[in-house]
This record gives sequence, structure tokens and C-alpha cells, in this order.
Amino acid sequence: MYLPDFEYYQPKSLAEACRLMTKFGSRARILAGGTDLLHKMKHEQLAPEVIVSLKGLKRLKEITYQKGVGVIIGALATQNDIAGSALLQEKYLSVCEAAHHMANNQIRNVGTLGGNIVNAVPSADLPPILIALGARIRLMGNKGERVMPLEEFFTGVHSSVIEADEILTEVIIPDQPSTGSTYIRFGLRRSGALAVVAVAAAVTMEGQTCRDVRIALGAAAPVPMRARQAETVLSNRVITDDLLEEAGVCAARECSPRSSIRGSEEYRRDLVRVLTRRALQKAIKEGHV
Amino acid sequence: MARTLTDDQGIKRYLVNLKVNGDTHTVMVKGNALLVNVLREELDLTGTKKGCELGDCGSCTVLLDGKPVNSCLVLAVEAEGSEITTIEGVARNENLDKLQESFVNNAAIQCGYCTPGMVLSAKALLTRNPHPSETEVREAISGNLCRCTGYVNIVKAVLAAAEQE
Ligand SMILES: Cc1cc2nc3c(=O)[nH]c(=O)nc-3n(C[C@H](O)[C@H](O)[C@H](O)COP(=O)(O)OP(=O)(O)OC[C@H]3O[C@@H](n4cnc5c(N)ncnc54)[C@H](O)[C@@H]3O)c2cc1C
Ligand code: FES
Ligand code: FES
Repeated sequence: MYLPDFEYYQPKSLAEACRLMTKFGSRARILAGGTDLLHKMKHEQLAPEVIVSLKGLKRLKEITYQKGVGVIIGALATQNDIAGSALLQEKYLSVCEAAHHMANNQIRNVGTLGGNIVNAVPSADLPPILIALGARIRLMGNKGERVMPLEEFFTGVHSSVIEADEILTEVIIPDQPSTGSTYIRFGLRRSGALAVVAVAAAVTMEGQTCRDVRIALGAAAPVPMRARQAETVLSNRVITDDLLEEAGVCAARECSPRSSIRGSEEYRRDLVRVLTRRALQKAIKEGHV
Repeated sequence: MARTLTDDQGIKRYLVNLKVNGDTHTVMVKGNALLVNVLREELDLTGTKKGCELGDCGSCTVLLDGKPVNSCLVLAVEAEGSEITTIEGVARNENLDKLQESFVNNAAIQCGYCTPGMVLSAKALLTRNPHPSETEVREAISGNLCRCTGYVNIVKAVLAAAEQE
């Protein structure tokens, strides 16, 4: 399998990368890890005339903590960078776990956070847990930069609010009161299989009372979605097993999965119910965020 | 970034220095050249296999700076500046590596097609973690499919090699 011809650029700065993207517009594509882009080009689903590689922008690989801001993960951090980051393991172990259980080892060594987000597919593994943690993203374009909640980024399968000249530079996980979080994915195999359904939850508990909760579903709608009705079921209530089941039922009702080779709509809805309950149970019990 | 040359037909080629198994090779490639094809066709390193060519099977695994990656999804121009290890670089002076010996001794090779990738994934694991558990071994080779399904002996071979360390 060969790739069609294209012109290749490896800009040395973000500004130069944005300039190139402005110049070539929809004729160009950003290349990060390439695990999705090159895959699509081989299948002739995409045939960009120009490829702008981010490889030269090493700074976008960093994972840092900035006081008052939160944990900042560069868009070029690979899934294995994230899984192995001591900082993330200490602060947001559930993000490391989400990264560690996706794709396979070879893919995780090159696939990036930015690619996983901008790709905008319903089964992407990193968006749900990041949304549950209230993450924001920074987009850099020709006209300057903007920061927005990750949750508002997606508009449909393979579509988002990103402009042709924009580059996702980082994801910011703000400091938070959450007492526990978790990400559970269900795949048909433990490796190299996309999620059939995935559920992320972050809870703020005060004794047995749930003060705040965010639930995000993967592969359960055209975009990663918050299960807001399920959240309402739990908010400021004393948590019982029945209440968690009720939240699961609620999430299953409000999501809109489609039938595909990986699972029928009915099956996915029932998975949402079960996994929502389990994710909440785990997040409540878990001693880490 | 590599030097470029444009031919009469306006096609751009890149002069890329690839550091493979300790030697530097200078190759002239188009932007769309995949690392797996350059290794196999330009450098005659045909130990790196092609299976799915889509990142699923791991036959094309090479180490980039010690980490296993699928060379069917890497552009050759992007491999410049990295240390590349292919299966040809695992044996030293005609002597098989202990890990390779262990594959032979434990009958971990049937048709052999997945073996280069398996050995490199396992090699990367043992370098990072000389005494892995069985779970860690299985995890490390989880991106390598063996169509002959010889996983039991492959895992045994990696664990046996680790024991000898
Ligand atoms: C075998 C296999 C298994 C996989 N398994 C999983 C899985 O289990 N879970 C999962 O979620 N995904 C999976 N994937 C999909 C893919 O590997 C991941 O989504 C990966 O994170 C994509 O990142 P990348 O850097 O390789 O993206 P690329 O292919 O480089 O880019 C993807 C898209 O995003 C754009 N882009 C990338 N970075 C930026 C940026 N910083 N700013 C603007 N645009 C950008 C590109 O232009 C392109 O359109 C799998 C892929 C393969 C081949
Ligand atoms: S040939 Fe590269 S992963 Fe299958
Ligand atoms: S030995 Fe035949 S594919 Fe593994």
C-alpha cells in the first residue's frame, strides 16, 4: 500500500505552521502521529495535496503543571507519554489508564492526544475522561488563539469547530474538587479494538453525598457527550446502589448510539446503563482522581 | 529538516539520513515514502515484514529510539534524527541475541512471519523491564499478531530469555 503524492512541510514554529495552513487551507492537513491520517490516505478517504508536519514543534510534547492553571498536556504528547507521565499518574491516574488501554503499544508510541481529539470520532478514548474532568483546549490560528471547553469542540462525526488554519496546541485539566474519577471502556478484545461503549465519570463526594458529578459517554452518540440527566439524578443526593442504577438507566435513555459492526444500538444502550453504574461506583470508591 | 531536490517534472525529493542499526544511510525519497518500504526496498532490510499495512498486525515493527512503532505508518522523512533498529540489528556479529535463541529453543517460531516484530517488541520490553511478569509480556506483544497463533510459546520464550538475564 502506497500513499498518494503530496508536498511535505516541517515548520519550525507554530506561527509558521499556522501560516502554511492559512496559505493552503483545505488542500492541506496537519500530520501529528499519522496513525489516523496515513491510514485514511491509504484507504483513499483523504488525499491532501499538502502535509504540514508538527514533528518540529518539540515543545508541544511536554506535560507540565502550572499553579493556578492546572495540568497542561501538549497536543503532541503520545498516548504512551500520557500513560507513563509521573505527573499525570499522581494527579489524574484515570487519564493515564484511558491512554494505556487504547489501541496497541505500537500505536500508543506515536498516536498523539491532539490527533485523538481533532480526529473527532465517537469512539476516541481520550475525550470522555478529559470532558469529565472539565478540560479545556487551546487552539492557535492566524488570528490568534482561543481557549474553549473540550466538550464544545465536537459538532459531529469527523467534524468540529476547528478552522482550517488552526492547530490544537494543548489540553488543560484545571485543578478541581473532584474526589474520584474513572474511565471504563468496553471493547471486543483487550488490545487493538475500538471501544463499543465507554463511560467516564468524575465525582465530588462529601461523605455519602454526591456534591458534583460529571459523566461523559464515548461511542454512544455522534460526539462524546455529557450524560446531563444522569448527573441530575445524583447531584446533592445520598448515594445508594439504586440511585446509581437509576443514573445508568437515565444515561442509556439520553444517549443516541448507532448500530455498527461493533454493536447494535440496543446493545450499546444497555452497555451505557451498566458501564455508567460501574464507572460511578468505581469513581466513588476510588482514592484517586 | 532534510535537503530537497526537485526534478524536471517538478517532483520534490528529500535527502534523508537514516540511522539504522548503528549505520547512517543517506537515501533520496519522496515525501510520501513510508519507512517500511524504504527499509525493504532501498536498504534491502527485508526482515521487516508487511502484513496489514494499516497498523493492526505489527509485522512491520521497528524500534524508533528504542520504542516499537509500526513502520507502515511512519513517513521516511519523519524518521530522520531517530535511531532505528530493525530485526537485522538485533544479532551481534552473526550471533543470535539471547532472546532470539530463546525463540528458537522454545519453538516460538512457526511460519516466522510475525517473528521479527515479536522479537523487537519483546526486546524493547526487556530493555526497559528486564524481569517482566507474564501479563507485562502479553501486553508488550499485544500489537503483534501471530497468524499461526503461537502465543503460548512466544510468551514462554520471552519469559525464559528474561530469566537468563
Ligand atoms: C490499529 C489502530 C488502532 C487504534 N485504536 C484506537 C483506540 O483504541 N482508541 C482510539 O481512540 N483511537 C484509536 N486509533 C486511532 C488513532 O490512532 C488515534 O486517534 C490517535 O490518537 C490519532 O493521533 P495521531 O497523532 O496519530 O493523529 P494523526 O493521524 O496525525 O491526525 C489525525 C487528524 O487530526 C488532525 N490533527 C492531528 N493533530 C492536530 C493538531 N495538533 N491540531 C490540529 N489538527 C490535528 C490531522 O490533520 C488529522 O486529520 C487506532 C488507530 C489504529 C491505526
Ligand atoms: S504491516 Fe504495519 S502494522 Fe501491519
Ligand atoms: S509464526 Fe506464523 S505468524 Fe507467527
